[in-house]
Amino acid sequence: MIRHFEEDLKHLKERVLSMGNVVESMIDKAIQSIIKEDIELKNQVLKWEEEVNKTQIEIDETCIALIALQQPAAVDLRFITSAMKINSDLERMGDQAVNIIDHSLKSIRCMPQAIIDYITKMSEFVQKMVSRSLEAFVTYNVEMAKGVLLLDDDVDSLKEQIFHEIQECIKGDTEKINHSLDLVIISRNLERIGDHATNISEDVIYMILGKDIRHHQQII
Amino acid sequence: MVVKIQVNNLNCWFKNTQVIKSLFLSILEHEILGIIGPANSGKTTFLRCLNRLNDLNPHFKSKGEILKDGRNINTIKLETLRQEIGMVFAMPISLPMSIYDNITYGAKQHGIKNKKELSGIVEESLVKASLWDEVKGRLDQPALQLSGGQQQRLCIARTLAVQPEVILFDEPCSGLDPISTAKVEETMINLKDKYTIVLVTNNVKQAARVSSRIAFFLMGELVEIDTANDIFVKPSDRRTEDYITGRFG
Repeated sequence: MIRHFEEDLKHLKERVLSMGNVVESMIDKAIQSIIKEDIELKNQVLKWEEEVNKTQIEIDETCIALIALQQPAAVDLRFITSAMKINSDLERMGDQAVNIIDHSLKSIRCMPQAIIDYITKMSEFVQKMVSRSLEAFVTYNVEMAKGVLLLDDDVDSLKEQIFHEIQECIKGDTEKINHSLDLVIISRNLERIGDHATNISEDVIYMILGKDIRHHQQII
Repeated sequence: MVVKIQVNNLNCWFKNTQVIKSLFLSILEHEILGIIGPANSGKTTFLRCLNRLNDLNPHFKSKGEILKDGRNINTIKLETLRQEIGMVFAMPISLPMSIYDNITYGAKQHGIKNKKELSGIVEESLVKASLWDEVKGRLDQPALQLSGGQQQRLCIARTLAVQPEVILFDEPCSGLDPISTAKVEETMINLKDKYTIVLVTNNVKQAARVSSRIAFFLMGELVEIDTANDIFVKPSDRRTEDYITGRFG
Protein backbone atom coordinates (compact mmCIF):
# COMPACT_ATOMS: atom_id res chain seq x y z
CA MET A 1 0.00 0.00 0.00
CA ILE A 2 1.45 3.38 -1.00
CA ARG A 3 0.83 5.95 1.69
CA HIS A 4 -0.68 9.31 0.79
CA PHE A 5 2.33 10.93 2.41
CA GLU A 6 4.66 9.24 -0.05
CA GLU A 7 2.48 10.47 -2.90
CA ASP A 8 2.81 13.98 -1.46
CA LEU A 9 6.61 13.65 -1.31
CA LYS A 10 6.70 12.39 -4.89
CA HIS A 11 4.59 15.34 -6.02
CA LEU A 12 6.88 17.75 -4.14
CA LYS A 13 9.93 16.27 -5.85
CA GLU A 14 8.28 16.67 -9.24
CA ARG A 15 7.45 20.31 -8.50
CA VAL A 16 11.04 21.08 -7.50
CA LEU A 17 12.37 19.31 -10.59
CA SER A 18 9.92 21.14 -12.85
CA MET A 19 10.98 24.48 -11.33
CA GLY A 20 14.62 23.47 -11.81
CA ASN A 21 14.00 22.76 -15.50
CA VAL A 22 12.52 26.22 -15.96
CA VAL A 23 15.48 27.82 -14.18
CA GLU A 24 17.91 25.85 -16.34
CA SER A 25 16.15 27.20 -19.44
CA MET A 26 16.27 30.73 -18.00
CA ILE A 27 20.05 30.55 -17.61
CA ASP A 28 20.49 29.14 -21.12
CA LYS A 29 18.20 31.72 -22.74
CA ALA A 30 19.71 34.59 -20.73
CA ILE A 31 23.18 33.84 -22.12
CA GLN A 32 21.77 33.23 -25.61
CA SER A 33 19.97 36.56 -25.49
CA ILE A 34 23.28 38.29 -24.73
CA ILE A 35 25.28 36.46 -27.38
CA LYS A 36 22.61 36.63 -30.09
CA GLU A 37 21.34 40.05 -28.98
CA ASP A 38 17.85 38.56 -29.05
CA ILE A 39 15.15 40.64 -27.36
CA GLU A 40 12.57 37.81 -27.65
CA LEU A 41 14.72 35.51 -25.55
CA LYS A 42 15.12 38.27 -23.00
CA ASN A 43 11.33 38.62 -22.74
CA GLN A 44 10.96 34.87 -22.38
CA VAL A 45 13.36 34.91 -19.41
CA LEU A 46 11.33 37.67 -17.74
CA LYS A 47 8.11 35.71 -18.27
CA TRP A 48 9.66 32.59 -16.73
CA GLU A 49 10.81 34.57 -13.71
CA GLU A 50 7.20 35.28 -12.77
CA GLU A 51 6.43 31.57 -13.03
CA VAL A 52 9.44 30.67 -10.87
CA ASN A 53 8.47 33.21 -8.19
CA LYS A 54 4.96 31.79 -8.04
CA THR A 55 6.25 28.21 -7.89
CA GLN A 56 8.67 29.11 -5.09
CA ILE A 57 5.80 30.21 -2.86
CA GLU A 58 3.73 27.14 -3.73
CA ILE A 59 6.60 24.77 -2.90
CA ASP A 60 7.28 26.53 0.41
CA GLU A 61 3.60 26.30 1.33
CA THR A 62 3.57 22.60 0.46
CA CYS A 63 6.66 21.94 2.59
CA ILE A 64 5.31 23.83 5.59
CA ALA A 65 2.00 21.97 5.35
CA LEU A 66 3.79 18.61 5.18
CA ILE A 67 5.91 19.44 8.23
CA ALA A 68 2.87 20.65 10.19
CA LEU A 69 0.50 17.85 9.24
CA GLN A 70 2.76 14.82 8.82
CA GLN A 71 5.49 15.62 11.37
CA PRO A 72 8.11 13.90 9.22
CA ALA A 73 11.26 12.32 10.64
CA ALA A 74 14.61 11.04 9.39
CA VAL A 75 14.91 10.76 5.61
CA ASP A 76 11.50 12.37 5.04
CA LEU A 77 12.39 15.32 7.24
CA ARG A 78 15.73 15.75 5.49
CA PHE A 79 14.04 15.55 2.10
CA ILE A 80 11.47 18.24 2.91
CA THR A 81 13.94 20.65 4.52
CA SER A 82 16.32 20.13 1.59
CA ALA A 83 13.50 20.77 -0.88
CA MET A 84 12.82 24.11 0.86
CA LYS A 85 16.46 25.13 0.62
CA ILE A 86 16.79 23.96 -2.98
CA ASN A 87 13.61 25.88 -3.78
CA SER A 88 15.22 29.05 -2.44
CA ASP A 89 18.45 28.45 -4.39
CA LEU A 90 16.53 27.87 -7.61
CA GLU A 91 14.61 31.11 -7.18
CA ARG A 92 17.87 33.00 -6.62
CA MET A 93 19.30 31.40 -9.78
CA GLY A 94 16.30 32.74 -11.67
CA ASP A 95 17.07 36.20 -10.28
CA GLN A 96 20.70 35.87 -11.44
CA ALA A 97 19.49 34.98 -14.94
CA VAL A 98 17.38 38.14 -14.91
CA ASN A 99 20.41 40.12 -13.70
CA ILE A 100 22.32 38.81 -16.72
CA ILE A 101 19.75 40.01 -19.26
CA ASP A 102 19.51 43.36 -17.49
CA HIS A 103 22.88 44.23 -19.01
CA SER A 104 23.50 45.59 -22.46
CA LEU A 105 22.94 43.18 -25.29
CA LYS A 106 25.53 45.13 -27.24
CA SER A 107 28.33 44.55 -24.76
CA ILE A 108 29.36 41.21 -26.16
CA ARG A 109 29.69 42.42 -29.75
CA CYS A 110 32.31 45.01 -28.83
CA MET A 111 34.56 42.62 -26.92
CA PRO A 112 37.30 40.25 -28.12
CA GLN A 113 36.24 36.77 -29.23
CA ALA A 114 38.34 35.15 -26.46
CA ILE A 115 36.12 36.76 -23.80
CA ILE A 116 32.95 35.65 -25.60
CA ASP A 117 34.33 32.10 -25.75
CA TYR A 118 35.14 32.15 -22.04
CA ILE A 119 31.66 33.45 -21.14
CA THR A 120 30.07 30.77 -23.34
CA LYS A 121 32.22 28.09 -21.74
CA MET A 122 31.47 29.36 -18.24
CA SER A 123 27.76 29.34 -19.03
CA GLU A 124 28.00 25.72 -20.24
CA PHE A 125 29.81 24.69 -17.06
CA VAL A 126 27.25 26.44 -14.88
CA GLN A 127 24.32 24.87 -16.72
CA LYS A 128 25.99 21.49 -16.30
CA MET A 129 26.29 22.13 -12.55
CA VAL A 130 22.63 23.07 -12.28
CA SER A 131 21.46 20.13 -14.33
CA ARG A 132 23.62 17.61 -12.42
CA SER A 133 22.70 18.97 -9.01
CA LEU A 134 19.02 18.52 -9.86
CA GLU A 135 19.62 15.05 -11.25
CA ALA A 136 21.47 14.15 -8.04
CA PHE A 137 18.46 15.41 -6.07
CA VAL A 138 15.99 13.35 -8.09
CA THR A 139 18.06 10.16 -8.25
CA TYR A 140 19.57 10.36 -4.73
CA ASN A 141 23.05 10.25 -6.28
CA VAL A 142 25.79 11.28 -3.85
CA GLU A 143 28.62 10.83 -6.37
CA MET A 144 26.94 13.11 -8.87
CA ALA A 145 26.42 15.76 -6.18
CA LYS A 146 30.11 15.52 -5.26
CA GLY A 147 31.01 15.99 -8.93
CA VAL A 148 29.12 19.30 -8.96
CA LEU A 149 31.21 20.57 -6.06
CA LEU A 150 34.36 19.88 -8.07
CA LEU A 151 32.97 21.70 -11.13
CA ASP A 152 32.59 24.84 -9.04
CA ASP A 153 36.37 25.19 -8.94
CA ASP A 154 36.45 25.16 -12.77
CA VAL A 155 33.80 27.88 -12.89
CA ASP A 156 35.72 30.05 -10.43
CA SER A 157 38.86 29.63 -12.47
CA LEU A 158 37.02 30.59 -15.68
CA LYS A 159 35.72 33.72 -13.98
CA GLU A 160 39.30 34.66 -13.06
CA GLN A 161 40.38 34.14 -16.68
CA ILE A 162 37.51 36.36 -17.89
CA PHE A 163 38.46 39.08 -15.43
CA HIS A 164 42.05 38.88 -16.62
CA GLU A 165 41.04 39.15 -20.30
CA ILE A 166 38.77 42.10 -19.50
CA GLN A 167 41.58 43.89 -17.68
CA GLU A 168 43.85 43.43 -20.68
CA CYS A 169 41.09 44.68 -22.97
CA ILE A 170 40.54 47.85 -20.92
CA LYS A 171 44.27 48.55 -20.87
CA GLY A 172 44.25 48.68 -24.66
CA ASP A 173 41.00 50.60 -25.07
CA THR A 174 39.55 52.64 -22.20
CA GLU A 175 36.37 53.30 -24.19
CA LYS A 176 35.38 49.71 -23.52
CA ILE A 177 35.11 50.26 -19.77
CA ASN A 178 31.27 50.35 -19.72
CA HIS A 179 30.93 47.20 -21.84
CA SER A 180 33.61 45.54 -19.72
CA LEU A 181 31.71 46.29 -16.54
CA ASP A 182 28.65 44.64 -18.08
CA LEU A 183 30.65 41.50 -18.75
CA VAL A 184 32.16 41.51 -15.26
CA ILE A 185 28.64 41.61 -13.82
CA ILE A 186 27.44 38.88 -16.22
CA SER A 187 30.30 36.56 -15.28
CA ARG A 188 29.81 37.38 -11.61
CA ASN A 189 26.15 36.32 -11.92
CA LEU A 190 27.15 33.11 -13.67
CA GLU A 191 29.56 32.38 -10.84
CA ARG A 192 26.79 33.00 -8.29
CA ILE A 193 24.55 30.53 -10.14
CA GLY A 194 27.36 28.00 -9.81
CA ASP A 195 27.48 28.73 -6.07
CA HIS A 196 23.75 28.04 -5.80
CA ALA A 197 24.22 24.75 -7.68
CA THR A 198 26.93 23.93 -5.12
CA ASN A 199 24.47 24.69 -2.30
CA ILE A 200 21.94 22.34 -3.89
CA SER A 201 24.54 19.57 -4.12
CA GLU A 202 25.49 20.05 -0.47
CA ASP A 203 21.81 19.84 0.47
CA VAL A 204 21.45 16.67 -1.61
CA ILE A 205 24.39 15.06 0.22
CA TYR A 206 22.82 16.01 3.56
CA MET A 207 19.45 14.71 2.39
CA ILE A 208 20.90 11.32 1.44
CA LEU A 209 23.60 10.77 4.06
CA GLY A 210 22.54 13.08 6.90
CA LYS A 211 26.04 14.61 6.79
CA ASP A 212 26.50 18.36 6.69
CA ILE A 213 29.46 19.14 4.42
CA ARG A 214 28.86 22.89 4.16
CA HIS A 215 31.80 25.16 4.91
CA HIS A 216 34.12 22.17 4.52
CA GLN A 217 32.81 20.56 7.71
CA GLN A 218 33.64 17.20 6.18
CA ILE A 219 36.13 16.26 3.53
CA ILE A 220 34.35 15.17 0.40
CA MET B 1 28.17 10.80 32.60
CA VAL B 2 27.26 8.41 35.39
CA VAL B 3 25.71 5.06 34.50
CA LYS B 4 22.67 4.55 36.74
CA ILE B 5 21.61 1.18 35.37
CA GLN B 6 23.77 -1.21 33.38
CA VAL B 7 22.20 -4.13 31.54
CA ASN B 8 24.57 -6.90 30.55
CA ASN B 9 23.57 -9.66 28.15
CA LEU B 10 19.95 -9.80 29.30
CA ASN B 11 17.88 -12.61 27.80
CA CYS B 12 14.24 -13.18 28.75
CA TRP B 13 11.66 -15.83 28.00
CA PHE B 14 7.96 -16.35 28.58
CA LYS B 15 7.63 -20.14 28.57
CA ASN B 16 9.72 -21.12 25.54
CA THR B 17 9.40 -17.85 23.66
CA GLN B 18 12.43 -15.61 23.89
CA VAL B 19 11.27 -11.99 24.17
CA ILE B 20 14.58 -10.22 24.88
CA LYS B 21 17.82 -11.27 23.21
CA SER B 22 21.37 -10.49 24.32
CA LEU B 23 20.59 -6.98 25.48
CA PHE B 24 23.42 -4.68 26.52
CA LEU B 25 22.31 -1.21 27.53
CA SER B 26 23.38 1.65 29.79
CA ILE B 27 20.88 4.04 31.35
CA LEU B 28 22.54 7.28 32.38
CA GLU B 29 21.77 9.23 35.54
CA HIS B 30 19.35 12.13 35.00
CA GLU B 31 18.44 11.20 31.47
CA ILE B 32 15.07 10.35 29.98
CA LEU B 33 15.65 7.20 27.99
CA GLY B 34 12.80 6.67 25.55
CA ILE B 35 12.17 3.12 24.39
CA ILE B 36 10.28 2.71 21.14
CA GLY B 37 9.47 -0.22 18.90
CA PRO B 38 6.53 -2.09 17.40
CA ALA B 39 4.33 -4.53 19.30
CA ASN B 40 6.12 -7.58 20.70
CA SER B 41 9.52 -5.90 20.55
CA GLY B 42 10.15 -6.42 24.28
CA LYS B 43 9.83 -2.81 25.44
CA THR B 44 7.49 -3.36 28.38
CA THR B 45 9.12 -6.66 29.33
CA PHE B 46 12.44 -4.83 29.54
CA LEU B 47 10.91 -2.05 31.64
CA ARG B 48 9.39 -4.57 34.03
CA CYS B 49 12.76 -6.32 34.35
CA LEU B 50 14.23 -3.17 35.86
CA ASN B 51 12.18 -3.44 39.07
CA ARG B 52 11.60 -7.17 38.77
CA LEU B 53 7.88 -6.96 38.13
CA ASN B 54 8.17 -9.88 35.69
CA ASP B 55 9.14 -12.10 38.62
CA LEU B 56 5.43 -12.22 39.46
CA ASN B 57 4.81 -14.20 36.26
CA PRO B 58 5.51 -17.94 36.81
CA HIS B 59 6.27 -18.41 33.08
CA PHE B 60 8.99 -15.77 33.09
CA LYS B 61 12.69 -16.55 33.23
CA SER B 62 15.79 -14.52 32.47
CA LYS B 63 19.57 -14.67 32.17
CA GLY B 64 22.14 -11.93 32.33
CA GLU B 65 22.48 -9.13 34.84
CA ILE B 66 21.03 -5.74 35.62
CA LEU B 67 23.16 -3.48 37.79
CA LYS B 68 21.80 -0.44 39.58
CA ASP B 69 24.61 1.82 40.76
CA GLY B 70 26.89 -1.15 40.12
CA ARG B 71 24.87 -3.56 42.26
CA ASN B 72 22.99 -6.54 40.83
CA ILE B 73 19.26 -5.88 41.35
CA ASN B 74 18.72 -9.52 42.34
CA THR B 75 20.81 -8.85 45.45
CA ILE B 76 18.70 -5.85 46.49
CA LYS B 77 15.74 -6.45 48.80
CA LEU B 78 12.64 -6.39 46.59
CA GLU B 79 10.87 -3.77 48.73
CA THR B 80 13.93 -1.50 48.56
CA LEU B 81 14.35 -2.05 44.82
CA ARG B 82 10.76 -1.03 44.09
CA GLN B 83 11.09 2.01 46.34
CA GLU B 84 14.24 3.07 44.49
CA ILE B 85 12.83 2.22 41.05
CA GLY B 86 9.23 3.41 40.92
CA MET B 87 6.77 2.81 38.12
CA VAL B 88 3.92 4.69 36.50
CA PHE B 89 1.55 2.57 34.43
CA ALA B 90 -0.50 3.27 31.33
CA MET B 91 -3.80 3.39 33.19
CA PRO B 92 -3.78 5.79 36.13
CA ILE B 93 -4.71 3.69 39.13
CA SER B 94 -5.94 5.93 41.93
CA LEU B 95 -6.67 4.20 45.20
CA PRO B 96 -10.28 4.61 46.41
CA MET B 97 -9.36 7.13 49.07
CA SER B 98 -8.59 10.85 49.31
CA ILE B 99 -5.91 12.64 47.29
CA TYR B 100 -3.92 13.12 50.51
CA ASP B 101 -4.13 9.44 51.45
CA ASN B 102 -3.14 8.35 47.95
CA ILE B 103 0.13 10.24 48.31
CA THR B 104 0.87 9.19 51.87
CA TYR B 105 0.00 5.52 51.33
CA GLY B 106 3.50 4.48 50.25
CA ALA B 107 5.26 6.68 52.78
CA LYS B 108 3.20 5.18 55.61
CA GLN B 109 4.07 1.69 54.37
CA HIS B 110 7.71 2.74 54.73
CA GLY B 111 7.10 3.68 58.37
CA ILE B 112 6.59 7.44 58.24
CA LYS B 113 3.92 8.39 60.77
CA ASN B 114 4.62 12.04 61.61
CA LYS B 115 1.72 14.14 60.26
CA LYS B 116 3.84 17.21 59.59
CA GLU B 117 6.36 15.12 57.69
CA LEU B 118 3.57 13.41 55.73
CA SER B 119 1.99 16.77 54.83
CA GLY B 120 5.38 17.96 53.63
CA ILE B 121 5.73 14.88 51.45
CA VAL B 122 2.24 15.43 50.00
CA GLU B 123 2.97 19.03 49.03
CA GLU B 124 6.45 18.32 47.70
CA SER B 125 5.27 15.34 45.62
CA LEU B 126 2.28 17.18 44.19
CA VAL B 127 4.41 20.21 43.34
CA LYS B 128 6.95 18.01 41.53
CA ALA B 129 4.13 16.26 39.69
CA SER B 130 2.73 19.67 38.60
CA LEU B 131 -0.58 18.96 40.35
CA TRP B 132 -0.34 21.00 43.56
CA ASP B 133 -1.95 24.17 42.23
CA GLU B 134 -4.94 22.21 40.93
CA VAL B 135 -5.68 20.22 44.12
CA LYS B 136 -4.18 22.07 47.09
CA GLY B 137 -7.59 23.23 48.31
CA ARG B 138 -9.25 19.83 48.15
CA LEU B 139 -6.74 17.25 49.34
CA ASP B 140 -9.43 15.49 51.37
CA GLN B 141 -11.60 14.82 48.34
CA PRO B 142 -11.70 11.39 46.66
CA ALA B 143 -8.90 10.92 44.11
CA LEU B 144 -11.34 9.19 41.79
CA GLN B 145 -13.06 12.55 41.21
CA LEU B 146 -9.95 13.86 39.41
CA SER B 147 -9.75 13.87 35.61
CA GLY B 148 -7.72 11.17 33.83
CA GLY B 149 -4.76 13.50 33.34
CA GLN B 150 -4.86 14.64 36.97
CA GLN B 151 -5.09 11.02 38.16
CA GLN B 152 -2.00 10.16 36.11
CA ARG B 153 -0.08 13.04 37.69
CA LEU B 154 -1.40 11.87 41.07
CA CYS B 155 0.15 8.47 40.33
CA ILE B 156 3.42 10.22 39.50
CA ALA B 157 3.18 12.12 42.80
CA ARG B 158 2.47 8.86 44.65
CA THR B 159 5.58 7.35 43.06
CA LEU B 160 7.65 10.40 44.02
CA ALA B 161 6.42 10.27 47.63
CA VAL B 162 8.62 7.27 48.42
CA GLN B 163 11.69 9.09 47.07
CA PRO B 164 12.71 6.89 44.16
CA GLU B 165 15.91 7.35 42.16
CA VAL B 166 14.59 5.92 38.90
CA ILE B 167 11.05 6.23 37.54
CA LEU B 168 9.73 3.85 34.89
CA PHE B 169 6.90 5.15 32.72
CA ASP B 170 4.94 2.57 30.75
CA GLU B 171 2.83 4.38 28.12
CA PRO B 172 1.87 7.07 30.66
CA CYS B 173 -0.21 9.14 28.23
CA SER B 174 -1.93 6.45 26.18
CA GLY B 175 -5.39 7.37 27.49
CA LEU B 176 -4.92 11.11 27.86
CA ASP B 177 -6.03 14.09 25.77
CA PRO B 178 -3.34 16.40 24.24
CA ILE B 179 -3.48 18.97 27.07
CA SER B 180 -3.12 16.33 29.80
CA THR B 181 -0.41 14.64 27.71
CA ALA B 182 1.51 17.92 27.49
CA LYS B 183 1.29 18.35 31.28
CA VAL B 184 2.60 14.83 31.95
CA GLU B 185 5.40 15.37 29.41
CA GLU B 186 6.36 18.69 31.02
CA THR B 187 6.35 16.94 34.40
CA MET B 188 8.70 14.24 33.09
CA ILE B 189 11.10 16.85 31.69
CA ASN B 190 11.08 18.76 35.00
CA LEU B 191 11.73 15.54 36.95
CA LYS B 192 14.80 14.71 34.86
CA ASP B 193 16.99 17.02 36.95
CA LYS B 194 16.52 14.88 40.05
CA TYR B 195 15.54 11.46 38.75
CA THR B 196 16.51 9.00 36.05
CA ILE B 197 13.58 8.24 33.80
CA VAL B 198 12.85 5.36 31.43
CA LEU B 199 9.86 5.90 29.16
CA VAL B 200 8.24 3.18 27.07
CA THR B 201 5.92 4.67 24.49
CA ASN B 202 4.21 3.76 21.24
CA ASN B 203 3.96 7.46 20.49
CA VAL B 204 7.26 8.07 18.70
CA LYS B 205 6.63 11.82 18.58
CA GLN B 206 6.31 11.80 22.36
CA ALA B 207 9.64 9.97 22.59
CA ALA B 208 11.14 12.67 20.37
CA ARG B 209 9.68 15.48 22.46
CA VAL B 210 10.83 14.35 25.89
CA SER B 211 13.72 11.89 25.58
CA SER B 212 17.41 12.64 25.94
CA ARG B 213 18.24 9.38 24.19
CA ILE B 214 16.10 6.83 22.42
CA ALA B 215 16.48 3.07 22.11
CA PHE B 216 14.74 1.27 19.26
CA PHE B 217 13.73 -2.31 20.05
CA LEU B 218 12.66 -4.82 17.42
CA MET B 219 11.67 -8.43 18.09
CA GLY B 220 13.47 -8.49 21.40
CA GLU B 221 16.67 -6.91 20.12
CA LEU B 222 18.13 -3.47 20.63
CA VAL B 223 18.59 -2.20 17.07
CA GLU B 224 19.90 1.27 17.82
CA ILE B 225 20.37 3.71 20.69
CA ASP B 226 21.32 7.34 20.18
CA THR B 227 20.34 10.90 21.02
CA ALA B 228 16.75 11.80 20.18
CA ASN B 229 18.05 14.27 17.62
CA ASP B 230 20.14 11.70 15.77
CA ILE B 231 17.43 9.03 15.88
CA PHE B 232 14.84 11.39 14.39
CA VAL B 233 17.07 13.25 11.93
CA LYS B 234 19.63 10.70 10.79
CA PRO B 235 19.17 7.22 12.28
CA SER B 236 22.01 4.80 11.56
CA ASP B 237 19.90 1.71 10.96
CA ARG B 238 17.45 1.35 8.10
CA ARG B 239 15.00 -0.51 10.35
CA THR B 240 14.87 2.44 12.77
CA GLU B 241 14.26 4.80 9.87
CA ASP B 242 11.49 2.61 8.48
CA TYR B 243 9.80 2.46 11.89
CA ILE B 244 9.87 6.16 12.74
CA THR B 245 8.83 7.17 9.22
CA GLY B 246 5.89 4.76 9.32
CA ARG B 247 7.23 2.52 6.54
CA PHE B 248 7.81 -0.42 8.83
CA GLY B 249 6.48 -3.73 7.59
